[in-house]
Amino acid sequence: MSLEAALLALIVLGGTAGELCITRAMKVVGEVHDFRPVALVRVFARAMRIPWMLLGLSLMGIGFFAMLAMLSLENVSFVVPFTALTFAAGAYGGSLFLGERVTPLRWAGILLVCLGVLLVVQGKG
Amino acid sequence: MKSSQGLHLKTYCLLFLMVTFGPVGDILLGKGMKMVGVPPAWTPNEIFHFFLRAFSSPIVWLGIGSLLTYLVCYTLVLSWADFSYVQPASAIAYVIVALLGHFWLHEYVSPRRWLGIAIICFGVLLVGNTAFRTTEHH
Repeated sequence: MSLEAALLALIVLGGTAGELCITRAMKVVGEVHDFRPVALVRVFARAMRIPWMLLGLSLMGIGFFAMLAMLSLENVSFVVPFTALTFAAGAYGGSLFLGERVTPLRWAGILLVCLGVLLVVQGKG
Repeated sequence: MKSSQGLHLKTYCLLFLMVTFGPVGDILLGKGMKMVGVPPAWTPNEIFHFFLRAFSSPIVWLGIGSLLTYLVCYTLVLSWADFSYVQPASAIAYVIVALLGHFWLHEYVSPRRWLGIAIICFGVLLVGNTAFRTTEHH
């Protein structure tokens, strides 16, 4: 596996797994109604006590470091659209781990996003 | 009983902030990392110095600040909306990144890549027409 492929895999998998963990944590925290700064700080303090949040932030951190390394190698207009592959992983993960129902229309949209990513990769250089 | 219209307005406001701060953060990171350059070798020592140089760059920190703002908005919206709704809805940010990369950083974007980006955008619009919550609300 080339260095670039390994970094892209870390960005997509680390990012998606991290976001799923953060979603799980935020569902435990509950819906945010009060958007005043003090209330928001309280919400984040509460979220930071949930292990899923810490795990999610760590995984996203790994994805972020891989992203920095990748951005030194490739153009941002290639790297960032490529990360749209997280949609497929995210929808699958959302239905598998969070019990979200992904409708056929939503799957169709996600499929189009994946097709777009494929063209973005083919259009490299 | 919560107003569905209010919830939609709140969701769209945060999505707008996400698609603003996310792309700007990515572009700043891209510009900053190009200035940092590629490490001469991918050894632990070189990787350490590579990230040290990266975190000494003000442009990289501006990008991180912008992405943190994005993350705050993203985390807030996830407290009531589905992950599989929010994540694709934020995909429009990828289109904005490509446009900024082309016009601001003067990156070459081939016609095939533009087509790919347009298809990503269409996929996003399709996803945006679906309900934003499918799980039971407790």
